[in-house]
Amino acid sequence: MQFTFSEDETLLQQSVAGFCTTHGSSASTRKVMETEAGYDSALWRAVMGEMGLGGIALPARHGGAEMGHVGLAIAMMEMGRVLLPSPYFSSVGMAAQAILLGGTDAQRDALLPSIATGECIAALAWRGAGRGHEPDVRLDDALRLNGVAGFVPFGHVADLLVVAARRESGEIVLVAVRANTPGVTIERHVSLDLTRPLATVRFAGVVLSQDDILGSGEDAAAALARTLDLARIALAAEQAGGAEAVLDMTVAYTKDRVQFGRPIGSFQALKHRMADMMVEVETAKTGAYYAACIVDEGSDELEEAAAIAASYCGEAFMGCSGNAIQLHGGIGFTWEHDAHLYFKRARADAMLLGDAYSQRERIAGMIGLEKVA
Amino acid sequence: MRTGFTPEQEAFRREVAEWLDDQLSGPFASIRNLASMSAMMPERREWERALGKGGWSAIGWPEEHGGRGASIAEQVIFAEEYARAGAPGRIGHIGVTLAGPTLIHFGTEEQKRRFLPAILSGEELWAQGYSEPNAGSDLANIRTKARLEDGPNGLEWVIEGQKIWTSLAQYAEWIFVLCRTEEGSQGPKGLSFLLVPLDQPGVTLRPIRQMTGDAEFNETFFDGARTAAANVVGQPGEGWKVAMGLLSHERGASSLAIQMTFRNELQKIIAAANANGAARDPLIRQRIATAHAGLKLMRFNALRTLSKGDNEMLSRESFIHKIYWGTWHKKLGELAMDVVGAPGLIAEGDAYAFGELPQIYLYTRSETIHGGTNQIQRNIIAERGLGLPREPRG
Repeated sequence: MQFTFSEDETLLQQSVAGFCTTHGSSASTRKVMETEAGYDSALWRAVMGEMGLGGIALPARHGGAEMGHVGLAIAMMEMGRVLLPSPYFSSVGMAAQAILLGGTDAQRDALLPSIATGECIAALAWRGAGRGHEPDVRLDDALRLNGVAGFVPFGHVADLLVVAARRESGEIVLVAVRANTPGVTIERHVSLDLTRPLATVRFAGVVLSQDDILGSGEDAAAALARTLDLARIALAAEQAGGAEAVLDMTVAYTKDRVQFGRPIGSFQALKHRMADMMVEVETAKTGAYYAACIVDEGSDELEEAAAIAASYCGEAFMGCSGNAIQLHGGIGFTWEHDAHLYFKRARADAMLLGDAYSQRERIAGMIGLEKVA
Repeated sequence: MRTGFTPEQEAFRREVAEWLDDQLSGPFASIRNLASMSAMMPERREWERALGKGGWSAIGWPEEHGGRGASIAEQVIFAEEYARAGAPGRIGHIGVTLAGPTLIHFGTEEQKRRFLPAILSGEELWAQGYSEPNAGSDLANIRTKARLEDGPNGLEWVIEGQKIWTSLAQYAEWIFVLCRTEEGSQGPKGLSFLLVPLDQPGVTLRPIRQMTGDAEFNETFFDGARTAAANVVGQPGEGWKVAMGLLSHERGASSLAIQMTFRNELQKIIAAANANGAARDPLIRQRIATAHAGLKLMRFNALRTLSKGDNEMLSRESFIHKIYWGTWHKKLGELAMDVVGAPGLIAEGDAYAFGELPQIYLYTRSETIHGGTNQIQRNIIAERGLGLPREPRG
């Protein structure tokens, strides 16, 4: 039990933090978020190449750095702090994990190294375009893909799509398909979260080969479920980082802003709310680290840890970013101030992989609460 | 970063578990799973002695002072196994977790020789004399006074005043008293940290009946109470420094032990919800799941602070434990009541005594007050954790 950073982890944290501080200024983020791509390709190459963060949670044989999910959590937390606009979470935190968990050795060898270097941007298309979380893409017996996948982060810049679909038999199948395959159309949306745009991906008679199929049936369903849990844990780290950033921003502002002849941060009505935010921020960090450790340790608590981290960190980020707007007063409601960027990221994060209620219902099932008498 | 334990640590866990199980299924079976803090006192005193004899009383103390010099991980393991085994709440905890560490840190060699062995062996129990009727959240507003006087037993401190919320004082041999020893001094200046025997004519105890119906706390009156001049810890006038050093020990591994109690309570709530159908209510399910998640996070919050060791105790997250567990437990009490439903409104017998789950509801109202109210905790978090401007003080 050493629930604190190792030397390597401290170095990683410092280097990612330094990178994000240098390259993730508010001005550059705002410039990038106005572009069609929504990310800066030079910065992307630096994150993946120079910093080597693409393979952080991958085995060495696939071009990975073997820093595990604690390493991924550290990277996500620092990027979350500055809302770094990039397909990192989508490509590394979601799609690469699906290939690692769901694919064959040959498919991993073929697909993962270029994702790790950032040459290939991948995205996971796993749910339909409505409120529910069921796949809405079908793979027929002639290996044709039809249907719609919604809410794919940075789907519009993806080179490779990992798609969860259903076969005619109803079983889950995971496939990897190039985004430029005939019959695939991708529509980027104006999205609530300006720093992580969402896309809808449509498949109209897309013809696959057997090699495109990562896996089917129970194995594929389990790989998908696990991928989503790993993504929840990575996202929890981002949420904790974002929550800490808005707290720090709010503390700095309320120390500076004077009303009634005093810095407003000296009024208990405000400082007590910031104290509550700090409790949530620190607990969110704890939750993200704990869940990431559980993954790396191969513990059978992974599902529980993912549900705990997702439900707590999601609500903590939403709560803190909402408080940040309130405690900034009028300026916090402007487009010019960054508070809304965090508020919107927090909301999008909390809904991307299933809300806190659904995660808590999972927990209820795990701790022996009976549904029927 | 890792949460798991090494094979050596797991071996230590088995050793602890076996010893506890031997004792608690043998000579101490009568106090296993005892919920009340005030029942079966003679047996519990024996239990303290047994812990001392087995070398389990204060494993975190340095070996030179009779502890085992246990690592943080070992202390965590011990606290968890202690609660898992259903061992009773420690009536020696004020001595072991507060008085002892303070003496080790601030005491003279003579004081250590005199007091530490009796704390370890369970022969002497301690009480804490901090709060006063007018020194609650504003602890530095202490009015209890002591002066040095020559008497038949040589130079002695003579103490006048009143302390309140002194738990276990009716069973303890000694109390540490924070009192004013410099005439006319104010606030944290001029206070001294005295060690005072409780069994003497100058000390009177009056139990305080609390809203639960029990009387766990006392008012302690000092009316010419005496203690030897040597029984001051640190320099006279520097008692505040000693007392604050002691409060920092309260954040240690001890919080992990209560979490096991919390876990047992949560298990009972789940069992009750399954039994009476509350588990089918989606909102109750959400709240129980929230409680479970919150408890898990509480454990890892504590492990995060403990993993950093003493030199980094003042990192941001080290300030959150008290408000976190107090608030979590209060919500658990509310949840317990909602799970039990209307039957929780009726006492179990003729006395004002309720079942274990409704009792949590009542008892936990104290936990966001004692040891620093949630409001004071928020001031501390905001000022020391976040560096926000201090409250103006009168």
